Amino acid sequence: MSTQPLAVPGRRRFPLLPTAALLLGALYCLLPVAWVLVASTKSGSELFSTFTFLPGSGFTDNVSDLTEYRDGVYWKWMANSAFYAGVGALLSTAVSAVSGYALAVYRFRGKETVFNILLAGVLMPPVILAVPQYLLLAEVDMTDSYLSVLLPLILSPYGVYLARIYAAAAVPADVIEAGRMDGGGEWRIFRTIALPMMLPGLVTVFLFQFVAVWNNFLLPYIMLGDDEKFPVTLGLYTLLQQGSNTPALYTLVITGALLAIIPLIALFLAIQRFWSLDLLSGAVKS
Amino acid sequence: MTRTPRRKAYGVKSAPYAFLVPATVLFLLFFALPIGYAVHLSFRRTEVEGLGLGKGAREEIWAGLSNYTDALTDPELLHGALRILGYGAIVVPVMLGLALLFALLLDTDGLRLRGFNRLAIFLPYAIPGVIAALMWGFLYLPDVSPFLYLLDATGLPQPDLLDGGPLYLSLANIAVWGGTGFNMIVIYTSLRAIPAEIFEAARLDGCSQLQIALRIKIPMVAPSLILTFFFSIIATLQVFSEPTTLKPLTNSLSTTWSPLMKVYQDAFVNNDIHAAAAQAVVIAVATLALSFGFLKAANSRTKQGDSR
Repeated sequence: MSTQPLAVPGRRRFPLLPTAALLLGALYCLLPVAWVLVASTKSGSELFSTFTFLPGSGFTDNVSDLTEYRDGVYWKWMANSAFYAGVGALLSTAVSAVSGYALAVYRFRGKETVFNILLAGVLMPPVILAVPQYLLLAEVDMTDSYLSVLLPLILSPYGVYLARIYAAAAVPADVIEAGRMDGGGEWRIFRTIALPMMLPGLVTVFLFQFVAVWNNFLLPYIMLGDDEKFPVTLGLYTLLQQGSNTPALYTLVITGALLAIIPLIALFLAIQRFWSLDLLSGAVKS
Repeated sequence: MTRTPRRKAYGVKSAPYAFLVPATVLFLLFFALPIGYAVHLSFRRTEVEGLGLGKGAREEIWAGLSNYTDALTDPELLHGALRILGYGAIVVPVMLGLALLFALLLDTDGLRLRGFNRLAIFLPYAIPGVIAALMWGFLYLPDVSPFLYLLDATGLPQPDLLDGGPLYLSLANIAVWGGTGFNMIVIYTSLRAIPAEIFEAARLDGCSQLQIALRIKIPMVAPSLILTFFFSIIATLQVFSEPTTLKPLTNSLSTTWSPLMKVYQDAFVNNDIHAAAAQAVVIAVATLALSFGFLKAANSRTKQGDSR
């Protein structure tokens, strides 16, 4: 996004102080990323001996060590994360879209109840859900499976809530009426008329869900035992845990952390202009 | 409850129910059922006979409110709650204060590097909490930390960033780092939605940038401040992955540092799912009460303020 044209020709003086303050903030936010970038170039011995921000000579070795670690289990973790986040976010967006649309467009009995239940769902601490979810899935022998991490995350109260706001804002009632006049069924109206209108908002829902699933730690931590199915967050956590006994693993953890955030940052830069958060701010008036 | 829509344009009555089928099924399976099961478990306990070996040696019996009295009188749970309150008292004001400040600064006329700064401050949002905790954890670690290196070089005393009071600040810093940018974007977006005429009028009246920020901008973005405040409180109460990740790096983080960690510990390490269930229910009720109380308070405040 470019800077907005000035509404009023005010003082054109270049505001030094705000720029400097923001740069400080940016520096603070980029610091750990810069550090991990430098630290991943250090060999195990350099990590603890040379100055923090001095690049080392071991980046390629670190990457190949990480790749060799337990026959490439790290890349398996990355693929798992991509799978959980991609498929999970896609399904979640689809469910959010139909549910949000129904809540925005129709008047029906129980609408308020549905909405309040959803709100309560947003506020549920994940652990109160995750522990009994684990026990219930254990009853049907489904724990420690891809589905055990995927299924509980598909219904996202927050996603439904956002989709409802987008549907209410983007789909005018008379367009739906016109569709009915033309004799279209409700499902067809949704699919051919409303869905394209909601699409920009749904991209935002998808991104939210993708980040939420990719960053989720608690659910896989509780559900999974077999590290072949781990997402990268959980994999790195277990590596770090072992690292307290074998510091040699620290370089692997750091390199792994860097490689794990690169795709996310790339994704972020590529699609950040699709984020339409303007409706979020108005969302509090309920 | 739900009926399939008839294949006619008259399906309008039943259509919303049909649209809500997937959400309803998922809700029942992954929200209602687990919550019901947790409540059920919280009223029961395991009776062990003899050594607890073999079949029939363990049975579940009705426990009444005993799990709840245990949970409410559990000193460790109380301490965890107090720790979280202390942590939240640092995180929420600092994070939202910074988010508001940065949003207002971004909204300054004629600013350079606006896009770069906005993106850089928002970037941590894309980084998983576990990885953020891991990166900061290394930056706190005595042998690796650049901060401690600099303090050492200048001959100043080095605090232990992973112990005692500094540990709270270290944990809070991870949350502030991760959350400021997202909240800044939400506030900034609503700042951009303020009509330009308002500023024009204020400038003609001779208001300075600072006065405009304090008297016009902040009151006008109050709804988004409430929203960010609300979500920040919830996120803070649910902190789990950051302290769990830092645990291998320090001995001062117990496995029961936060209430949620204690629930996990009781359920999966001590194998006492009944105690864990009761604690989880208590935490959930407390969270809901806090959140709805806050929303009610915020709503009545904005209603008073909406008399424009």
